[in-house]
Amino acid sequence: MTTIAELPPGFADKVLSAQSTFRSVMDAMARPGSVQRILPMAGTPETMMRGTAAIALTLFDHDTPLWLDARMAESPGVLKWLKFHSGAPVVQDSSIAAFALISDGAALPPFERFALGTNEYPDRSTTVIIQVESLDRGPGFELRGPGIDGAATLQASIKPVDLFERLRCNETLFPRGIDVVLVADDAVAAIPRTTRVLGKGG
Amino acid sequence: MNAPAYNFAYLDEQTKRMIRRAILKAIAIPGYQVPFASREMPMPYGWGTGGVQVTAAILGPQDVLKVIDQGSDDTTNAISIRKFFAKTAGVATTTSTEEATVIQTRHRIPEASLHANQVLVYQVPIPEPLRFLEPRETETRRMHALAEYGLMHVKLYEDIARFGHIATAYAYPVKVNARYVMDPSPTPKFDNPKMDNCPALQLFGAGREKRIYAIPPHTKVVSLDFEDHPFEPYRFNAPCALCGAENSYLDEIVTDDKGSRMFVCSDTDYCEGRQAAGHHGALSAAPYKDKAQGKAREKANG
Repeated sequence: MTTIAELPPGFADKVLSAQSTFRSVMDAMARPGSVQRILPMAGTPETMMRGTAAIALTLFDHDTPLWLDARMAESPGVLKWLKFHSGAPVVQDSSIAAFALISDGAALPPFERFALGTNEYPDRSTTVIIQVESLDRGPGFELRGPGIDGAATLQASIKPVDLFERLRCNETLFPRGIDVVLVADDAVAAIPRTTRVLGKGG
Repeated sequence: MNAPAYNFAYLDEQTKRMIRRAILKAIAIPGYQVPFASREMPMPYGWGTGGVQVTAAILGPQDVLKVIDQGSDDTTNAISIRKFFAKTAGVATTTSTEEATVIQTRHRIPEASLHANQVLVYQVPIPEPLRFLEPRETETRRMHALAEYGLMHVKLYEDIARFGHIATAYAYPVKVNARYVMDPSPTPKFDNPKMDNCPALQLFGAGREKRIYAIPPHTKVVSLDFEDHPFEPYRFNAPCALCGAENSYLDEIVTDDKGSRMFVCSDTDYCEGRQAAGHHGALSAAPYKDKAQGKAREKANG
């Protein structure tokens, strides 16, 4: 039997930790490809990285339907932790989710399965949070778009390997689209729907 | 009785989460107005309730806050909002554009160029640029969805037909990232070019109209115009009477009932900085001399 005491804790200081985490995510979203650090730490249930846990505590609540990939959904620790700390309803239908948590990028469903928003309300789209191996090593991706002065290079070791090819759907969908947040441990980077990938370096 | 215990930066955490989610979507869709559940604030609508909510959602204890109202740090609105956050969040405040990390503004963009570690928060009265052309929200929403902005060009054309030039002097519509037409809030059109490719993040909050929108850093912002009537920023043709600046936005100040007037920088921090650096204008002679004489006296006494 599990008791509350066995749950990993949330933020030690809810207010200031959420603020600091939000500013990291906001800076990441405003400057696509830049890697921000998430400083405040909470306890993490298994399969969830420190950064993901902090983002969950910062942005999720009863207003945000949540979709979890199979590995997270099958983890009772994650479900209990999210339910206790955020109260966000976990939904089976990914097309109504405000946020999706992906711990196993290789099993990322096609983006069409998520909410893409409508032309009238493009903001009603899923923000997909993908846990990746690394945001400072790996192949370089050259990014352009709003928030980037010229071009930015994101070095990342990401699954799925064709993530940026898949994100090309954002070019034709705009203003509808998918916004992606990449998390590697305490590092976070964002690829909003306006970001375009030009080339792939070494 | 203990003093009333507000949460940090006044708003409760659930409200901040809701606003923060709206801000993230606003950044992801530059120029699109994200609806949000605007709260009642302890100040009337029109006093910056939207900007205050955005500021409250992003502000942290390490931030340095500057608030301007028409460029001035010293007006009632600016002072009361600055005090509001000094009291509820305990943040450091400043009047210096350079030192600030968060700048809340009512209808001006500072003259000093902004840098990457700053966030500019605009107070917006009417976020919908098409509202005076089409009163129905359902219709303006569809026009944005289809990028159907012909009506706005017709409005600007009617200006030309009637006055010979585009007479819109403030709240001059811009197109953000070649997609959404956006109201830059009632800033003078003099400030429009500063929005383009700005290194700082720009956030817009409209409290009564319940909308948040954003321009990410280094985003293309183009003022709408015509090939034969290109956009031109407007400025009174005079130097600042206090600091002599030739390139700043000027306020016209009536000085008596006989038609006398003076032109001074609307951005008080910029103007004071220039005066401190030794620049002076036609009407700053007296205080300038006083200061110079005072210094001379100090030297003589010392």
